[in-house]
Parts: sequence; structure tokens; C-alpha cells
Amino acid sequence: MTDKKYPSHEVTGPDGKTFTVTPMEDYYCQERPQVQKSANAVVEKFFNWARANSLWIVGFGTGCGAIEMRPLRTPRFDAYRYGINWRATPRQSNLFIISGYLSVKTLKRAIRVYEQMQGPKYVLGLGSCTINGGMYWDSYNTVKRLDYYLPVDAYITGCMPRPESLLDGFEELKKIIMAGEANGANLYAEKFDWYKANQKKIIKNWDMPDYSW
Amino acid sequence: MNFDPMKIPWSLLGLFIVFCIGMFIRGFVPKITARVGKRIGIRIYQPWFDYVKNFSIQTSITHGYMFYLGPVFRLTGGIGMVLFMPLIHGSWYFSNFAFAGDMVLFLYLMFFGTLGMALGAGESGHPYSAIGVARGLAQVTVAEIPLVLAMLAVAAQHHTLSISQIVAAQQGGIAHWTMVTNPVATATGMLALLGSMMNSPFNVVLAPQEIPIGPPTEYHGTFLGILTTNRSIFPMAKIIFFMNIFFGGATNWAILILKGWLIYMWPVIVGVVFPRFRVDQSIRWFLKVPLLLGILAVALV
Repeated sequence: MTDKKYPSHEVTGPDGKTFTVTPMEDYYCQERPQVQKSANAVVEKFFNWARANSLWIVGFGTGCGAIEMRPLRTPRFDAYRYGINWRATPRQSNLFIISGYLSVKTLKRAIRVYEQMQGPKYVLGLGSCTINGGMYWDSYNTVKRLDYYLPVDAYITGCMPRPESLLDGFEELKKIIMAGEANGANLYAEKFDWYKANQKKIIKNWDMPDYSW
Repeated sequence: MNFDPMKIPWSLLGLFIVFCIGMFIRGFVPKITARVGKRIGIRIYQPWFDYVKNFSIQTSITHGYMFYLGPVFRLTGGIGMVLFMPLIHGSWYFSNFAFAGDMVLFLYLMFFGTLGMALGAGESGHPYSAIGVARGLAQVTVAEIPLVLAMLAVAAQHHTLSISQIVAAQQGGIAHWTMVTNPVATATGMLALLGSMMNSPFNVVLAPQEIPIGPPTEYHGTFLGILTTNRSIFPMAKIIFFMNIFFGGATNWAILILKGWLIYMWPVIVGVVFPRFRVDQSIRWFLKVPLLLGILAVALV
């Protein structure tokens, strides 16, 4: 966190009193994410069944692959019938689709969005770019391997994968969730320092809190 | 009002039945709108999945006391409306805690949740929440004016503010329903109903395309679970209220479900046919025909 950009400063309140404001400490929560313990095994299984059948995708297309998500809402593919829905706010979503290439500039936003989602949360890597950079393998500003920066639960390969592949990917993700193996949020909390080090290595202008609550 | 403690479990049972009907309708209505759009649509039991999922979210964040209380106030409004309204006419078990002036309380509780939500969403600090609540309050307020005029007309017609007595006065066939005896008030009420059922053309408040999700932008997990509980109870409470006031009430659950379903379909059909209004357009709309009809209804009684 750089304090140079947001230094402490004196502020005069409406009542005439002056006080010091340190933006990064006063406006943001500094706590680290915690590993969440699961409930009783039977209850957890029931919850996982509900979670798998209610995938709410955060409406944030990070790359060209986002165009393949739009047809899923049309009569031809109609993903709603599989319990898939799109939410306009990360707070209510539990699935983040990194759709295609992820530029370093977008990675910063993707991290903020991912951290604002409430666990258990899942990440789906869409397209070859999320696995090895794909056709952008030698680009100067594109992320090569997504799971260095965010915990990925499943990948959908192809360039571009068709909407059918996406539907198949959702079904695979559902199986992973129902088996109780989609622990991305806990992995992120466990290996928090490792993820942050990777993220800060490529994001040069890191001007946000370490974890965006 | 004679208070009988044995009414508490029966009222809670009635509340649970209303909640289940609401959950069913929340799956059924998107199915209809999907069919209109030539889609297959969600599974009819999808709201139950979403409901359990919301309560299974492990982490949550808060923005302060009022952020917690927002959904609680909202749910209080919905539950209060059901608990103080006679569900089944002539039934001791499902007459709930109806009393002489329950219509006034009902109109108050209808607004109460929205105000609580405004405070909660305001504390979240999210600009979309604030814009959504401002739009919602503007629209609900303006839809409330013709609704109150229609209620005044019905109350003056039957010389009472008790929902039970209004239902009792309508018994004995369709010719005694307010729909027939006071058609102007019924028309006003049904137009006002459109404004608060969160269907097109009056759903700009919650529209993801306009302001992402609106008032509940910051609400997640259990908070959202409480809000969705209310989204099942609150519209059903309004529908049952309209059934009681205008359409003769219900003497058993089958009639309640049938009439409730038919009344619910009115905003849904209007919604799939007409495109969405902006807030300023909907305010102007409510201040034209429904308001004039409302004044006419009061003048005619």
C-alpha cells in the first residue's frame, strides 16, 4: 500500500474541529481474510447442493470471452434453466468468470472484485489465455497464468470456447462444488501472502488496501 | 381486540403458508416471462435453491448498525402486514390479529419497510443504493396516493376501517364485491398496485441495467436471504389485502390461492406487455389517470 498517494492530512469538520485523516487506514478495513470452517458434514453437503444449483455470476467481462456469455441469456442457450444467473454486484455473486485474456490493468480490478465477493466463491477461467496466455503468450501486459493471482476452480479451454462449452464448464463446476472441493476462498486466505506477492510483482501502482473488504 | 395466545402458532402457520405461496410464485412468474421471451426459463423451485444458498454464505461484512437493521425493518413490514390481516374470512385460526383499524396499520406497514431499507441502504455508503432508494421512495410515495384514495373510498362506502368488516360486507356472491359495487375505487387500487409490485413498467428501482440491483446493492448472504424472505411475503400480503378489499376475500385456502394468483397475474401481464418507465415518467403517470380516478372514487361515494 503506498501512503505517498494518499497521505495523512488535516480536515476541518462541520463543527469547526480539526482532525487528522489517514485515508488508507480510516476508510478501509485492514484485516486479512480468514479461513472459514465448514459446518457439520451433512449440513455442508446440503449447502453445497444449494450452492451448486444457484451460481450467480458477477457481471464483469474481463476480456474478449465475455462475448460468449451473452448468448447464454438468449432463448437459444438459456443458462437460467441450470440455476445460473447474473448479478450486477460482486457482493451477491459467488462465481467470477475470468473471460479470456486478462491485462495487468484489468487484473487490478479483477482482484478488487474477487475480494469483494463473499465466500464460498468460485473462479472459472474461460479460454486458453487464462491457462498459459494463449495467443497473448508473449504480450508485455497480459497475465500468463491466472492461478498465480486468483485461485481458479475450473478452466474451460479453447479460443474461443463456444457457449456450449461454457454450459459444460458450469456442469463440471457444479460437480466440483457438490464434491466439496471448491475451496478457492479458503485457499486464497491460506496462501494470502503468496497471492499478494505475485499480484504486487506485476501491479506496479498498487494504491489499494491489501484486501478489499 | 381480544388477545388469545393460541392465535400465535396459527398466525405463524398462516405466515408460513403465505411464504410458501410467495416462493412458488417467485419461481412461477419468471417462468412466464421466460416463456413470453421464448426461453425455457428457471426451474420452478429455483427460488428455494437461491434461498438456501444465501443463508449458506460463510462470510459477511457490515457497514454499521443501520445496515443490519435495514433488512430487519423490511421483513418486519412484510410479516406485520400478514400478521394483522385476516387471511381466511370466518376462520378463527387464520383471522390472525385483525382489529378495528387494521387498514390504517396496513397502509403504514406497507411504507415502513421501504423507509427502513432506505436507512440501511443509505448506511452502506454505496451510491447506487442511495440512488435506488431515492427512486424507490419517489415511486412508492406517488403510487401510494391513488391507493390511499381508493382505500378511503372503500372505507367510506362500508363505514369502517376494519378489513374483516369490509370482507364481511362483501359476502353473498360476486354482486356484493367492491369490484362491482365500487368499480372506480377498484380500478384506482389496481392501477396503484402496479406501482409497488416491482414488475415492468415500474421496476426501474431494482433494474440491473439501470442502477446495478438498486437498494440491495451492498446486501449479501444472510442479509439478502432476509430480503428475499420479504420478497416472498410482502407481495403476497399486498395481494391478499387487495383480495380482501376489492374481491370479496376468501373463505378457504383454495379460494385464496386462486384469487391471489389471478390478482398477481395482473401486474405480471402488464409487465410483459409494456416496457419500463423511467422514474419521472412513472411519477407523471401516477399523477394523471390513477390520481384523477382516485379523486373521482372518493367524490362518488
